Amino acid sequence: MYKIIYNKKISETSMEIALEARNIIDNAYPGQFVMIMTKEDSERIPLTIYDYDKKKGILYLIYQILGASTLELSMEKDSLFSVSGPFGKINEICKNIDEYKNKKIVYVAGGVGIAPIYPQIKYLHDFGLSCDVIYGARNADLLLIKDKIENVAHNVYYCTDDGSFGEQGFVTNILEKKHDYDVVVAIGPVVMMKNVCDVTKKYQIPTIVSMNPIMVDGSGMCGACRCIVDGKVKFACIDGPEFDGHKIDFDLALKRMNIYKKEEQKKLIAMQESLEVK
Amino acid sequence: MEDKKTVMRMQDKDKRIKNFQEVELGYNEEEALREASRCLQCTNPRCVKGCPVNIMIPLFIKHIKEKEWEKAYQVIQESSFLPAICGRVCPQEMQCEKMCVKGFKGDAISIGALERFVADMHNSIEPKKEIIKNNGKKVAIVGSGPAGLSCAGILASNGFEVTIYEVLHRPGGVLTYGIPEFRLPKKIVEKEIENLKRKKVEIKCDMPVGNAITLSDLQKEYDYIFLGTGAGVPKFMGIPNESANEVFSANEILTRINLMGAYQENSKTPIKEAKTVYVIGGGNVAMDAARSLKRLGMNVHLMYRRGKDELPARKVEVIHALEEGIIFDLLQNPLEILTDENNSVTGMKVINMEYQEEIVGQRRSVQEVKGTEHNVSCDMVVMALGTNPNHEALKMSDIKLDDRGLIMVDDGLTSIPNVYAGGDAVTGAATVILAMEAGKKAAYEIIKRCK
Ligand code: FES
Repeated sequence: MYKIIYNKKISETSMEIALEARNIIDNAYPGQFVMIMTKEDSERIPLTIYDYDKKKGILYLIYQILGASTLELSMEKDSLFSVSGPFGKINEICKNIDEYKNKKIVYVAGGVGIAPIYPQIKYLHDFGLSCDVIYGARNADLLLIKDKIENVAHNVYYCTDDGSFGEQGFVTNILEKKHDYDVVVAIGPVVMMKNVCDVTKKYQIPTIVSMNPIMVDGSGMCGACRCIVDGKVKFACIDGPEFDGHKIDFDLALKRMNIYKKEEQKKLIAMQESLEVK
Repeated sequence: MEDKKTVMRMQDKDKRIKNFQEVELGYNEEEALREASRCLQCTNPRCVKGCPVNIMIPLFIKHIKEKEWEKAYQVIQESSFLPAICGRVCPQEMQCEKMCVKGFKGDAISIGALERFVADMHNSIEPKKEIIKNNGKKVAIVGSGPAGLSCAGILASNGFEVTIYEVLHRPGGVLTYGIPEFRLPKKIVEKEIENLKRKKVEIKCDMPVGNAITLSDLQKEYDYIFLGTGAGVPKFMGIPNESANEVFSANEILTRINLMGAYQENSKTPIKEAKTVYVIGGGNVAMDAARSLKRLGMNVHLMYRRGKDELPARKVEVIHALEEGIIFDLLQNPLEILTDENNSVTGMKVINMEYQEEIVGQRRSVQEVKGTEHNVSCDMVVMALGTNPNHEALKMSDIKLDDRGLIMVDDGLTSIPNVYAGGDAVTGAATVILAMEAGKKAAYEIIKRCK
């Protein structure tokens, strides 16, 4: 059992959870993810690490309520049945800081994609690298953790679909205007990462993306998480989750997100019904 | 007439394809006695040689004849660490029962069924308290499958302080996530794990060694390490459209069903709904996946590139699969997955296979028959083609691997001092009994080193 310190709403659709998870923390680094189960009979779901306090052994995650499993998670106040990890590779830049010392780096975040980005820029900031951030969301309310980001980033450029904060438009509009970067890291919805890569391909800027496909074990045992990278099958949980954005087959990744759409819808309805009964 | 074996009672086939309860029901006392009475008690028993761990088979059967169940159990336990499990999952017809002299004229003795009977009798009695003196040595075991469990059990009984690291949320490895309930009820696996805990073995779940803690971290904390990390990442064929939405590895299907309980109505983990599924492969994993999906109401085909006699699965699983209405498409192989614009499976393009000329001393190989390409329609495909090694646990270590990527060992010892390994991570995908034996051997090597 992993004790929950808090599990609170931070926007209309997102939650932040803080957990005692010493087993994960000691060796956790930016870019990695964890698998969690709310209860013993829950689904295993992957969540990318948002923050951690190595001294206190506390893990922080941000998630969106998207289906039955995240709805169940959002209602839990006491403890989680399972938290395992860290899984996946460490962020390429954090791992090879020296190689990136003199590079101009921009992180492009879409929606809750800001969560996995935060520990990376914080880590780089601690090592004296300051990065720019382009951050977009549908509206002002959905722009999360702005203060924390501003504390560790160099320049932050915001945009919203409805213009309620920052520039009106998409992250790609900003990127089009400021494309004098050496490296781009893009994390967010698949469509957004794909669009970012279309822009960076044009300007030939190497781009790292972080994939978040369906997973079961998270340790390379099931193959549910497979992506096609440069024509080859890769497992996001052990070969990723970060890949070269110019080599990922995004269209396939988009379609594979829908594998359990029908089944998940049923589970969500069943859960909502059982909540109403209660 | 005496030469007919006592057939195990079974769940009726029409009933069992609608549930996940155990198919074989085991012997009762009378049946066990009847089967045991067929044993000739050979002075030079061939069956023992056929057993990968050389259980003294005639001796334990003799104890059955005398109704000394517990004595029979002790005999088995001397060689096999997990009898209730091996009695159920060993390919006996290729091992002990294959060698049994009775088999020359009639049926071999049902050694597996007797082993299972003895183990189940033992498990039904309250376990005795073992008093073990701690020897002050600490061992970390990576992976809680059959290799890890047997290694842990033996070391714990010999006074070692044992900690098992398991990446999943439940221990048991393949026994838990892989082999279905209807073949190996999970309560039997849980019983073995309880036995270990009684011996003070600590099991740390949710711990991916290599990530949460590295091999060198473990080396600092423990005197010895045993790596029983299992078979690895599922193989795919490399044919076009294999990343279609409804193409799964057998591991994924089995994990969803067994570990996550997706077959239960109110499970939170989904399993894909489909009408017609093709399972590709012919081993135990293929049979397990096919029979599991059958129980979820699907129309199941099993496609294998070789003929029936060469199916690598246990014979009884093949028989059960056929009884349950699984359609076997033998000597056929997929060439391509057919999909629609949503990346959904609509069928497969397959080709017939035929045997090539026999070359003496070699396994006959099969080749495609030109011009026999044809399409089959289906809405799910499951690949049960074996695995490639997974090196996650070995991250940041320079342990020596062979050219297939398997861990190299010498008497269980790897290239790193005090680090042992065994099971599928060393041999590639093999059987539960061999993994268990490897765990046991490594345990005795460690014990020897400490004397
Ligand atoms: S999640 Fe199972 S292999 Fe990646």
